[in-house]
Amino acid sequence: MAPLGQTSQHQPWVEKYRPKQVKDVAHQDEVVRVLTNTLQTSNCPHMLFYGPPGTGKTTTALAVAHQLYGPELYRSRVLELNASDDRGINVVRTKIKGFAAVAVGSTQRQGGYPCPPFKIIILDEADSMTEDAQNALRRTMETYSKVTRFFFICNYISRIIEPLASRCAKFRFKPLSEEVMSSRIQHICNEEGLNLDAEALSTLGSISQGDLRRAITYLQGAARLYGSSITSSDLISVSGVVPVEVVESLFTACKIGNFDLANKEVNNIIAEGYPVSQVLSQVFDLIIESGELSDEQKARISQKLAEADKCLVDGADEYLQLLDAASDTIRALHNMPQEFSYET
Amino acid sequence: MLWVDKYRPKTLDQMIVHQDIVQNLKKLVSEQDCPHLLFYGPSGSGKKTLVRALLRQMFGASAEKVKVENKTWKIDAGTRTIEIELTTLSSTHHVEMNPSDAGFQDRYIVQEIIKEMAKNRPIDTKGKKSFKVLVLNEVDKLSREAQHSLRRTMEKYSASCRLILCCNSSSKVTEAIRSRCLNIRINSPPEDEIVKVLEFTAKKEGLTLPAGFAARIAGKTNRSLRRAVLSFETCRVQQYPFSSNQAIPPMDWEEYVSEIVSETMTEQSPKMLFQVRGKLYELLINCIPAEIILKRMLYELLRKLDSELKHEVCHWAAYYEHRMRQGQKAIFHLEAFVAKFMSIYKAFLISTFA
Repeated sequence: MAPLGQTSQHQPWVEKYRPKQVKDVAHQDEVVRVLTNTLQTSNCPHMLFYGPPGTGKTTTALAVAHQLYGPELYRSRVLELNASDDRGINVVRTKIKGFAAVAVGSTQRQGGYPCPPFKIIILDEADSMTEDAQNALRRTMETYSKVTRFFFICNYISRIIEPLASRCAKFRFKPLSEEVMSSRIQHICNEEGLNLDAEALSTLGSISQGDLRRAITYLQGAARLYGSSITSSDLISVSGVVPVEVVESLFTACKIGNFDLANKEVNNIIAEGYPVSQVLSQVFDLIIESGELSDEQKARISQKLAEADKCLVDGADEYLQLLDAASDTIRALHNMPQEFSYET
Repeated sequence: MLWVDKYRPKTLDQMIVHQDIVQNLKKLVSEQDCPHLLFYGPSGSGKKTLVRALLRQMFGASAEKVKVENKTWKIDAGTRTIEIELTTLSSTHHVEMNPSDAGFQDRYIVQEIIKEMAKNRPIDTKGKKSFKVLVLNEVDKLSREAQHSLRRTMEKYSASCRLILCCNSSSKVTEAIRSRCLNIRINSPPEDEIVKVLEFTAKKEGLTLPAGFAARIAGKTNRSLRRAVLSFETCRVQQYPFSSNQAIPPMDWEEYVSEIVSETMTEQSPKMLFQVRGKLYELLINCIPAEIILKRMLYELLRKLDSELKHEVCHWAAYYEHRMRQGQKAIFHLEAFVAKFMSIYKAFLISTFA
């Protein structure tokens, strides 16, 4: 999508290796099958793509549009709106409706592209649209369904109001499995001339948690910083994951049960600048997998971690929340009563 | 000029701390291609300094010729026009701004202004760089919507524009943005590096530094480099030549907080609460942020309390700080914390000594 060809070498790899055709989209077999069929018959329903980030939703939608119309007609037939555009109710009523209402002629194929007689409106990140705006779309979708198709893309299908969702064919994009991810990464490594050993590859798979975009961004970051041979520790430092030792030393301090020791660890984590939400989630992993804790202890700590995470989302102070979580962990590990003794 | 500004390193080569990061950044610039960057770390660790030095490394001395612009943008938001005032700091190659200044209207800044700036390709006479840089400060203070709006902008105009984002806590930056950036964690420099900076400053100023004095300053400042340099200068004003056992003056507000804390520990009564309220107001009037007051109070309390009370007090501190974030006025929550502490402490005293 570079405005000029010459800049393509400076493009992020995420854009550079974005699949141009539907059949190249990795891992989403059902979706690809249905859409390939669509391309052949050049007819399609309204569509709703949902799934976690980095699984290829936007890529698929763009690829379908490109394959249907080709570069020439793309501009006039496709309207792409995302959260960086204003999509209040006014835009729905004027811009979208205006675009949707225009009729298109000619069904003949142009330059090898099907060019079906309808236009496409791609609404990316549709879950950040207001409910009012979504409501305003309902009738528009039906009225102009002869000449316009809508593609909705979102992370959480629950944020799309039911009337809209029921008007669309839904496609779920699943997180990429590690094998698929590895083969993609390997492909990019070959293209870019990078050296990645098996350990680094599996690390990349686990830290990116099925998000291919994240994996590629980390890879590019690491390649920029550390040159062409990348180890797994390089990837960890780029990704912002907290090193295991840091989390473990916090947990050990909690196990010992000395408040001041835990406080020191917390201070250290804050000063090192590790993101606290990440620390919390890694502590959570540690606790769930730990064999020596009783179920009740695990439950108590998990509950506290959840509360602290919520507070962080509300914008509370990182130090205080982490300290509170640590103090509660100590109390749970040493089976102190959940209620405070001096509260009145 | 304050020493903090006077001895702020201008280029990456002058940096004393963060050597590993500096090396990485140099490599990044020499590659001619850089991804979006997200710098995060505690305050006073040198994020801004690094960004400035990085810009200079990228664009040469012309990046330092900045001009401050205060411009009013008229934004057409459907039925009404919104006017947003925004101060930007710009050179020929980069624009720096603080989008969260616009408060709840920050969404428009991202959607309109940043997009507008990102769209335009830079006019470069020598044609050396094919992109320009937008520096956004305090992205963690941006609202959710604004952050959502930012993500597609980052992708779409990546050919002609790079974003450098700065924030204190990356927890408050959405996953979507973090995954589009190269994350660079700036830790607070460890004490021995702070000592090095202080020694460097002393040498430049031609001061003799008694052994151990710099280490003592570094130990008192909670690993914040800026504060270390500032309090070093305060010491210089207070007494020179330094004596090795010279007292390092704490911030006066810190002293004030510790006074409040010792008062609440001597007497727990409505009357004392009333007195404390006056002092808390005094602190707030002097623009000490409320969460910092609360954190300092907790710090003082944790130093003085018995270990069995610590858990309880720290829980309530976290609780009231969270409430403070959700509420409107800080004073209520500070006072509530003090009252809560008094009641807990009194109950503790009664059960222990009665």
